[in-house]
Amino acid sequence: MISDADVAHVARLARLALTDAECQRMREQLDGILAYIDTLRALDTSATEPTSHAVPLVNVMRDDEGRPCLAQDVALANAPERSGEFFRVPRIIEEGPGEPS
Amino acid sequence: MEPHATIHELTAAFAKGTASPVAVTEGYLARIGALDDKVGAYLTVTRDQALATARASEARYRAGAPLSPLDGAPLAIKDVFCTAGVRTTCGSKILETFVPPYDATIVARLRKAGAVLLGKTNMDEFAMGSSTEHSAFKLTRNPWDLARVPGGSSGGSAAAVAGGLAAGGFGTDTGGSVRQPAAFCGVIGFKPTYGRVSRYGLIAFASSLDHVAPFALDILDTALLLGAVAGHDPLDATSVDATVPDYAAALGAGVKGLRVGVPDEYFGAGLDPEIDRAVRAAVDVLRDLGAKVEPVSLPTTSYGVATYYVVAPAEASSNLARYDGVKYGLRVAGKDLIDMVSRTRAAGFGPEVKRRIMLGTYALSAGYHDAYYGQAQKVRTLVRQDFEKAFARVDVLAAPTTPGVAFRHGEKADPLAMYMNDVYTIPASMTGLPAVSVPCGFSATGLPIGLQLIGRTLDESTLLRAAHAYEQATPWRERHPSLA
Repeated sequence: MISDADVAHVARLARLALTDAECQRMREQLDGILAYIDTLRALDTSATEPTSHAVPLVNVMRDDEGRPCLAQDVALANAPERSGEFFRVPRIIEEGPGEPS
Repeated sequence: MEPHATIHELTAAFAKGTASPVAVTEGYLARIGALDDKVGAYLTVTRDQALATARASEARYRAGAPLSPLDGAPLAIKDVFCTAGVRTTCGSKILETFVPPYDATIVARLRKAGAVLLGKTNMDEFAMGSSTEHSAFKLTRNPWDLARVPGGSSGGSAAAVAGGLAAGGFGTDTGGSVRQPAAFCGVIGFKPTYGRVSRYGLIAFASSLDHVAPFALDILDTALLLGAVAGHDPLDATSVDATVPDYAAALGAGVKGLRVGVPDEYFGAGLDPEIDRAVRAAVDVLRDLGAKVEPVSLPTTSYGVATYYVVAPAEASSNLARYDGVKYGLRVAGKDLIDMVSRTRAAGFGPEVKRRIMLGTYALSAGYHDAYYGQAQKVRTLVRQDFEKAFARVDVLAAPTTPGVAFRHGEKADPLAMYMNDVYTIPASMTGLPAVSVPCGFSATGLPIGLQLIGRTLDESTLLRAAHAYEQATPWRERHPSLA
């Protein structure tokens, strides 16, 4: 059983500001889905290697050479907010007491 | 030309001069204008671009120098593929205003082949769904019965091709999102081997499961569409560096001596008896054509859905972390960065996307990772081993595509009931095996039924050959829905 606290914790990890009603619904639905997923525990996989990809490809590298990329203006064109050559975001670091504003 | 002409019929007529790419494109645009209010297949119609491309195509045919067998072919593209300068929403409010600065590799290859892109089609938000009802923008209706879903997540492209609103199209198949809507809409949906077609410029859902896949009215068109986009792409690190055969040339060799396996587990409880009968009759057709049919067993089939609903949401929760209100898309103001990101995502994502992000985040979180994600990855190995054993004995597997026919809008409100739709399509997704849905009959109520054929890794040619032999021996492709 997944608890209300679990749902709140996972929503924080996932950066989703869910309403109380959404959390409640989410808990009920996740409970049902997870109960179904729990059927996987019936399978003995103690001697089984995991598969992360359908096709076995590892460490695909290209030559370490410079090549053209998106121009800055093009890369910034979809930004909700920009400031000159930068993406603009709200304040990240809290101001401490006594520090200059 | 009639609205359900195939691509090869259209381009043959272009070459002979009995039809014109501009007139045909105008015909499709007029049909979209008249009928898409009913069907809801398109989110964006790129009228001016389509006509400009058609004019260039027409000039090439006049000069006797078409670019490819797709030159002038009017296609519908799922709104999951980036198109330079054309809004690409992925069916989500969070990307409602996003205009990509580049083309997806498949879009670039289709343009290079001279194809006419009519527009971008509706889909379940971020390709998460089996009915296209999770689109943030509109409902898409099944052309065979407007009260029913077209399937999903690539429901818009499937409905466009079935409804004569495009001659062919592209979607993406992560757990069945092309094969299932193809079955529901009575057209071909072909998922190639994982890595056969580049994912570059495809908005990611579950990277180890996402496949680019064409929709078509017949198998020759399918071979042409696949051939145009398949092949290694240095821009996708998971793209397979293998020679692409001439798929169209492989057709017509028949199925004499081909070993066809029928997996017991695909005919169990939950399968609509009408579909059971239609698929078994299709297997009989293959036998009559000279195939050797034998039963096979894929014992882990019933664990596929549970495995998929750990792996896919886990990958999605990571992929969708990029929607943070900073680089593109929606932003909702907040008191600091984390608050802004959390509010943006809460406002921009719909309920199904939130559910899968939560499920995936939970399955990957500390204390649960091994029990859920670790176990699912191991079961994925067991599923693969099942197929390896089967393909030691047979060349192709024959099964239903879906357990039921197209359902009514709103009928599968419970998430788990919706997920169970994918029970027969998920195993080939998790193993990356090529698989196709081919029309194999109709229910008593007139709804299409799909036969699924699954093949060996990178052996699309055998799969196309078997599907072609079946198609040519049966009348199903001659029936089309009437939207008048």
